[in-house]
Amino acid sequence: MAKLTGIEIYKHLPKTNCGDCNFPTCMAFAMQVAAKKVGLEQCPHVSAEAKAALSEAQAPPMRTVTVGAGERAFKVGGETVLFRHDEKFHHPTAVAIRVKDNSADAEQRIEKISQLQFVRVGQKIGVNAVAVEQTTSNGNKFVTAVKLAAEKSPLALVLISQDSQALKASLEICADRRPLICAATKENFKDLAALAKEFKCPLAVRAATLEELAELVQEIKALGLEDLLLQPEATLTADGLTKLTQLRRLALEKNFRALGYPVMMAVHEENPFIETAQASAFVCKYAGLIVMDGTERWQLLPILTTRQNIFTDPQVPNAVEAKLYKVGEPNSQSPVLVTTNFALTYFTVEGEVENSRVPAYIGVVDTGGLGVLNAYADDKLTAEVIVKTMKNYGIMDQVAHKRLVIPGLVAVLKGEIEDTGGWEVLVGPEEAAGLPAYLKNEWKA
Amino acid sequence: MPVTIPDVKKTWTNTINRVTLGATKEEGGTRTKRVTVGGATSLPFHHFEGAMPHPSVIAMEVWNVAPQDWPAVLAEHFRDVWHDPGLWAKKCVEQYGADLICLRLAGCDPVGQNRGPQEAAQAVKRLLESVGVPLIVWGTGNDDKDNEIFPAVAEAASGENCLLGTITEDNYKTLVALCTAYKHKLIAESPCDVNIAKQVNILATDMGFKPEDIVMYPTSAALGYGLEYVYSVMERARLAALRGDKMLSQPMICDIGIEVWGVKEARASEQELPEWGEQTERGPLWEATTAYVYLLTGADILVLRHPQAVASVREAIKQLMGDGLK
Repeated sequence: MAKLTGIEIYKHLPKTNCGDCNFPTCMAFAMQVAAKKVGLEQCPHVSAEAKAALSEAQAPPMRTVTVGAGERAFKVGGETVLFRHDEKFHHPTAVAIRVKDNSADAEQRIEKISQLQFVRVGQKIGVNAVAVEQTTSNGNKFVTAVKLAAEKSPLALVLISQDSQALKASLEICADRRPLICAATKENFKDLAALAKEFKCPLAVRAATLEELAELVQEIKALGLEDLLLQPEATLTADGLTKLTQLRRLALEKNFRALGYPVMMAVHEENPFIETAQASAFVCKYAGLIVMDGTERWQLLPILTTRQNIFTDPQVPNAVEAKLYKVGEPNSQSPVLVTTNFALTYFTVEGEVENSRVPAYIGVVDTGGLGVLNAYADDKLTAEVIVKTMKNYGIMDQVAHKRLVIPGLVAVLKGEIEDTGGWEVLVGPEEAAGLPAYLKNEWKA
Repeated sequence: MPVTIPDVKKTWTNTINRVTLGATKEEGGTRTKRVTVGGATSLPFHHFEGAMPHPSVIAMEVWNVAPQDWPAVLAEHFRDVWHDPGLWAKKCVEQYGADLICLRLAGCDPVGQNRGPQEAAQAVKRLLESVGVPLIVWGTGNDDKDNEIFPAVAEAASGENCLLGTITEDNYKTLVALCTAYKHKLIAESPCDVNIAKQVNILATDMGFKPEDIVMYPTSAALGYGLEYVYSVMERARLAALRGDKMLSQPMICDIGIEVWGVKEARASEQELPEWGEQTERGPLWEATTAYVYLLTGADILVLRHPQAVASVREAIKQLMGDGLK
C-alpha cells in the first residue's frame, strides 16, 4: 500500500472550501493530511465512504501496542522516524528478562528482575517485564511459573510458549495483566490468535524471513487482530540489525501495512558483555522490545542508560533541575561554582569536579536548558539572575569564604555580581576540563 | 497469500574515505602492520545495501607518564608496565590484541609534569621500537603546549605514517604543517557540531592538506553524559557524507576511555554505590557499552583502556560484521 498523496485525499473531500477544518481550502487541508500533520476527522463534512476509503492510509505507519496493564503497562511502536535527529523516538525499547519454567530458583530470579529499577539523572529507569519461557513439554510447569511471576512481580508479563493449552491456562490466571503472548508461528497461529482475541492480549508473530512474517501477519489480521509485535528470527547480530532496519524502513518509508508493527528481538547470549552489546545495538536500531537473560545490576544499568540517552527528545534542550548540588561532602570551606542547567554542561562540570576530588557546591542557574554562552547571549545568564539564584539557595551565607566561582566564558559578569551580591567573584576556567587543575591549584578558601 | 516485500535499499552517492595508518619498511617506515579504516558505501553494518570493507578498529591508550587517578579496577592491568610506555604498548598489543596504540602525551600536560618536547619525542621513539602496529599520538589539549611538543614528535616519527591530533578551529596551522612535512595523518577535532567538523576539515585542506588524510574527532561523551548528542552528530555527518559531502567523508575516531573513566559509573566502588553493582564489571562494561553505541553511528577507530572492554568490543565488531567479515 503506497502512501496517499494530497491529490488522492482531495478527491474524497467535499471540495467546498468551507474552511471548517481551519484551512483555507480543501486542497490545503488535503496536503496537511497527506503530510500526517492533521487527521482526516478535522473535516466535519467528510463522508463515511470517504473515511473508509482513506482510513487504511490514514493509520500511522507503525502501530502503537500496549503491553501490560495499570501502572506497569508500557507502549511500544508508533515510531515515525529512522534517525533520532529528525524528530525523536517515541516509545523507549522495553526490556524483558527471561525466567525459564524449569529453573530451580525461579522465585528468586523473578524478585531480582523486579528490583532492576534505577534512578538516573532524576528519572526512573527500569526493566519492564518478566518473560516466562516454557522449556519442557510439561505445560503445568509453565503455568506454575506464570502464576509465580504474576504473584511475585508487579512488572508486565511476556508468555513465551508454543503450547496453546498451557497458554490458555496461563491467560486464565493473568489475562487482566494484558501479557504479551509470544509467539504465533506458521504452525500454531490459529490457536494463538484465538487466545489473543479471547483474552484481549497483544500477540507476537514469529517467522524466519520478512516474507513469511508478512504472510503470517496478513493471515492473523484477517482473523481480526491488530495488536501485534513482529519477531523476526535472527541468529547473528548482523542479521538482527539488518531485519530491524529493513522493517523500520518498510513501515515508515514504504508504508508497508503488513509489517507496520513494533518489532521485538530475542537475545540469546551467555557472555553478559556481549549480551549487552547486542541489546544496546537493538535499542539504538529499532527494537520495540528485547528479551534477554542478564539480571545483574551492573549489566542492566548501561543498557537502560543507553535507552534513556537514545530516546531523549533531541529538540527539547536537555535540562537538569536548577538547584544547589553537592559533589562529595562540601563544608563551609568548600568552593561554590555557578553553572547552567543544560544537562550536558551540568554533567560535564559535575564530572570534572568529581575528578578533582575537591568537594564542592554547584549552584545551577535555570537558563531554560541553554549552555553558558547561549544563555549569556540570550540574557538568561546575567549578573542579576546569578545573584538572585545564589541568594535563593542561601549558600553564600553558609560558606565562610564568601567567594563565588563563575564560568570563565562569562568573566565579564564579575564586577556586577560583586557589586550587587556583595561576594568576591573568582573567574573559573573557560572549559570544564580545566576545573580539576583550577580546584587543586588555584582555588583557596 | 504470497507477499512481495518492497526493496528498501538506498543508493548512496559517495564513499567514506579510506585512511591507511602505519608505514612498512618498503614504504619508508618500520611498522610491521598497517591499519586501514573507512571505505564504507552505506551506514555502519548495513551489509544488505553496501560494503564495509574495513571493520572498525581498536586503539589502546598508553601514556608517557604513570597515571595518578585511574581507579584500581583499571590500573591493576597496567601498573606493572606503566613506568615504561614501550612495555605498556607491548602488553596492549601482545596480550590484549590492540590494532593500534594511542599514545596520549599526558606527561607533557602543563598542569601535571609539564614534560618537554624532547621527552615527548623519546616516548614516541620508545613506542616505535617496542611495537609494530601503527601509532596515534594525542596531545595535551593545551594549544600552546601542543604546538611546542608536536614539532619534535612529528619529526621523531617521520615516515611512520602516524595519526597525530588534534587540530581545532582555533589551533591548526602548526600541526597541519607538521603532518604535511613529515607525512602523517591528522585528527580534526570539533565540539559536537557538524558544521564545525566540516569547517575544521576545510581549514586544514585550505592549507593544502589532503582531505583523504584526515580522521574526524567529533568529540566523545561517555554513556549517560551527553552520548546522544555525539551519536546524532556522528549520524548526521555520516549521512551527509554518504549523500556526497566530501568535507564530511572522513572516517571518525572516538576517544572513549578518557571520557568513561572520568565518570562515576566507572569510578565509584560498590561501597559508594551499592545500587549499581560490582565495579569490576560495571567499569569496563560502561566503557564497552559507550563503544558499542558509537559503532552503530560510524565510529571507525575506538580508543579504549580496559582489556575487558577491548575484548568485548572486538567480539561485538565481529558479530556486527556477520557475513560481511571476509
